[in-house]
Amino acid sequence: MSIELRNISKKFGDFVAVDNISLHIETGELVALLGLSGSGKTTLLRIIAGLETPDTGEVLFHGEDAVDVSVRDRKVGFVFQHYALFRHMTVFENVAFGLRVLPRKARPAETEVARRVHELLKLVQLDFLADRYPSQLSGGQRQRVALARTLAVEPKVLLLDEPFGALDAKVRQELRRWLRRLHDEIKITSVFVTHDQEEALELANRIVVMNNGHVEQIGSAEEVYHHPANAFVYNFLGNVNLFHGRIENGRVFLGDTAVELESTHAHAHPDETGKAVLYVRPHLLEIVLQPNGKQTFPATVKSINPAGPQVKVELVAEWGDMVQVEISHDRYQALHLEPGANVFLRPKEQKLFVYQI
Amino acid sequence: MATKRTNVLPGFNLTLGFTLAYLGIVVLIPLSTIFFKTFTLTWPQFWAAVASPRTIAAYRLSFGASLAGALTNSVFGFIVAWTLVRYEFPGKTLVDVMVDLPFALPTSVAGITLTAIYAGNGWIGRYLAPLGIKVAYAPLGVAVALTFVGLPFVVRTVQPVLEDLDKEYEEAAATLGATRMQTFMLVIAPALIPALLTGFALAFARALGEYGSVVFISGNMPMRTELVPLLIMSKLEQFDYAGATAIAVVMLVVSFLLLLGVNMLQRWSSRRLGEAQDA
Amino acid sequence: MPESVDYSPKNPATEDPPIVRRALISIALAFMGLFVFIPVIAVFVQAFSSGVGAYFAAIVDPEARAAIRLTLMTAAIAVPLNVGFGIAASWAIARFDFPGKQTLLTLIDIPFSVSPVISGMLFVLLLGVRAPIGGFLAAHGVRIIFAEPGIVLATIFVTFPLAARELIPIMQAVGSEEEEAAIVLGAGGWQMFFRVTLPNVKWGLLYGMVLCNARAMGEFGAVSVVSGHIRGHTNTMPLYIEILYNDYQFAAAFAVSSLLTLLAIATLIAKRFLERRVVPAKPEQDEITAKVAA
Repeated sequence: MSIELRNISKKFGDFVAVDNISLHIETGELVALLGLSGSGKTTLLRIIAGLETPDTGEVLFHGEDAVDVSVRDRKVGFVFQHYALFRHMTVFENVAFGLRVLPRKARPAETEVARRVHELLKLVQLDFLADRYPSQLSGGQRQRVALARTLAVEPKVLLLDEPFGALDAKVRQELRRWLRRLHDEIKITSVFVTHDQEEALELANRIVVMNNGHVEQIGSAEEVYHHPANAFVYNFLGNVNLFHGRIENGRVFLGDTAVELESTHAHAHPDETGKAVLYVRPHLLEIVLQPNGKQTFPATVKSINPAGPQVKVELVAEWGDMVQVEISHDRYQALHLEPGANVFLRPKEQKLFVYQI
Repeated sequence: MATKRTNVLPGFNLTLGFTLAYLGIVVLIPLSTIFFKTFTLTWPQFWAAVASPRTIAAYRLSFGASLAGALTNSVFGFIVAWTLVRYEFPGKTLVDVMVDLPFALPTSVAGITLTAIYAGNGWIGRYLAPLGIKVAYAPLGVAVALTFVGLPFVVRTVQPVLEDLDKEYEEAAATLGATRMQTFMLVIAPALIPALLTGFALAFARALGEYGSVVFISGNMPMRTELVPLLIMSKLEQFDYAGATAIAVVMLVVSFLLLLGVNMLQRWSSRRLGEAQDA
Repeated sequence: MPESVDYSPKNPATEDPPIVRRALISIALAFMGLFVFIPVIAVFVQAFSSGVGAYFAAIVDPEARAAIRLTLMTAAIAVPLNVGFGIAASWAIARFDFPGKQTLLTLIDIPFSVSPVISGMLFVLLLGVRAPIGGFLAAHGVRIIFAEPGIVLATIFVTFPLAARELIPIMQAVGSEEEEAAIVLGAGGWQMFFRVTLPNVKWGLLYGMVLCNARAMGEFGAVSVVSGHIRGHTNTMPLYIEILYNDYQFAAAFAVSSLLTLLAIATLIAKRFLERRVVPAKPEQDEITAKVAA
């Protein structure tokens, strides 16, 4: 089922949580609402669920206005960050809950309920825990039970509020992969909220980057990472170096070196003078021992961390900024780098993102 | 002998010593005299005091009225707690503060006030008398007084549990399609049962032993409106220490069992409903 | 948790229908009105039912004054002693591990589960003229039961758990880090106690004191047993009220009652005020140093 949000706004007292957001989610998509605390992402999710009412705007499910549809009639599955499993019920009873509270006519017989519950528990690989209580389960298990519980009522939409936020890193990764596989199998329209950009990039078909109640960019993982719409998105997704430079008569300078701007993301006007901020990803910088005509910036090596798939080198640029560069091990061997060495930095792609401040 | 949690902090011997000495003088020695005294009774004496018709009538009234009071408080105290936690209304703070009045008010003040209100010519009594309902100097009056006495117990045990109840559980139930009534019965109420039971037990225990609030309103008529604490007092005034002791021992055993029950209840509920550590 | 606080009263999933809300509020108010507010109002109305002059006459009556004096004196002895006990017990329980701690806690709770009449009776059995210890003391001219000391003792018994029960969880919640830090910085035991421990638990201490005081001044059942009801000598205010009432001096009884009712209300207000402040925050290391060095 598709979801359409039109001009949604919501305030809490004086605090603007959601500021005029419009969004369309296709049937079967897995969409991430990505942002920091206070960006409005959870509020937006809860508005879709019907747990909050928007001040303005419309929510449409499959083209139909849901404004008068109460949360219990919307058939949305909602997975909470802290699972919200009913503590006094067993795993089985938790998953069966949605089926047992159906109105008399729609309610299936107990045997049918049992069958469906066990089917779902097998789907989340927890059938053997059916008689346990939530307090006896690990965090990852509890979250899977929560998921099974929401799926039991066959919702048209699955909404997840920072579903893996309360779990350890390893468990988080496992569950992420598991959720991806589940979505591929069931193909249910899903929206999940996260502040973890890695999670969003890995899981989602499309990412909605949110900040202070509005949308900064919507796009696939590839789009938002490689073609960020603005400085916020660039900074938020992936690691980034921040350089302080200045603009003189439309030309950008880092230290004494002019920066050639071929990037389409430059936001400096030719006649302006003032300060500028530039962003470069660590793996998009090269370290060379000699300047060779192409754009290079002097820097001094501070420390080297060779543990990991790439070598992380920390340097101090000539104009004072700290720089992080990631290079391959081969390159590192070839350069014979040592702390204190004077080298030159060269951007690989001419895609410095410049932002005037 | 004692493994101190820390070797740094001083005062262990001083404070523990003082505590034990105080407890010994103020609690243990007085308590032990009652048991010593009991042993001076012969079985027939003990039995005569404990199982006489007058005593049995007193037990019946005490238990019955205390039960009635505790049940009333369980229902209405629950409602009071619910409205205090969940709703806004004018005067809410005042109500919240005054819930504890039965704790703070001296029992004799409560006793004479309730009697004045419910006597035949009292503010409320005068409307009930024509209907044939006798409150003061009747078992009903005792139940009313014991309800007053136990009021804070249920409210104050249920209130914090209600406050701590995460709204997410209700939201989860709603997203799963439950109506408000279903959510209340299946999700909220079960979480509150242990607190409610504890409050009930505390109110009941308090009511059983109550004296000042009931001595005026009951009328103290043996076999009719005499409660166990009043009976004990009566025997003391007649210097029948043996009889008073015997009955007191029975009351102490019952109170002790109740206390034990409450403790077990709390431990069971925290095990069942408590949050486990993440594995 | 969601990053915003729900100020709006419309939270669809957790709201009760308006009819339910109104009905429950009405029931709650009716119940409280009947059982709490009407009695309180009744006390004052009855107190002034014979006029303002009679009201003040009742309060300044010599026997009334004697009762007030005894009540105050009893509280003045019982409350500090019990608070002292509370501090000692909470310190021992919260800061150290030792066998029998649970038993200790249960013992502290005993007066709560014992009927006041039985509480008083314990002291009569122990210290009454016919009892071994009581007889011994009486022979030496020391009367405890049916005299002031008995009243004080019974009051101590009935009220001592109150301060301890408030202080124990607070001592536990505050934690021992600051005190350990003070010791390491060179403070002596009493210095640490007065400069670090007490300030941290001061609100809980006050709270326990207020509760203890209210109960001490208002205790009736236990004191009734040990007092012998000797007018002018062994009547506390609650007992005096009983005597007045049994003498059909209703207005006077309620006049004296009104004083205790005012005390009860003041206690409730103080309780509310103190509740908010009872668990302190954890201050910085420098604060501790400053406290010890000052």
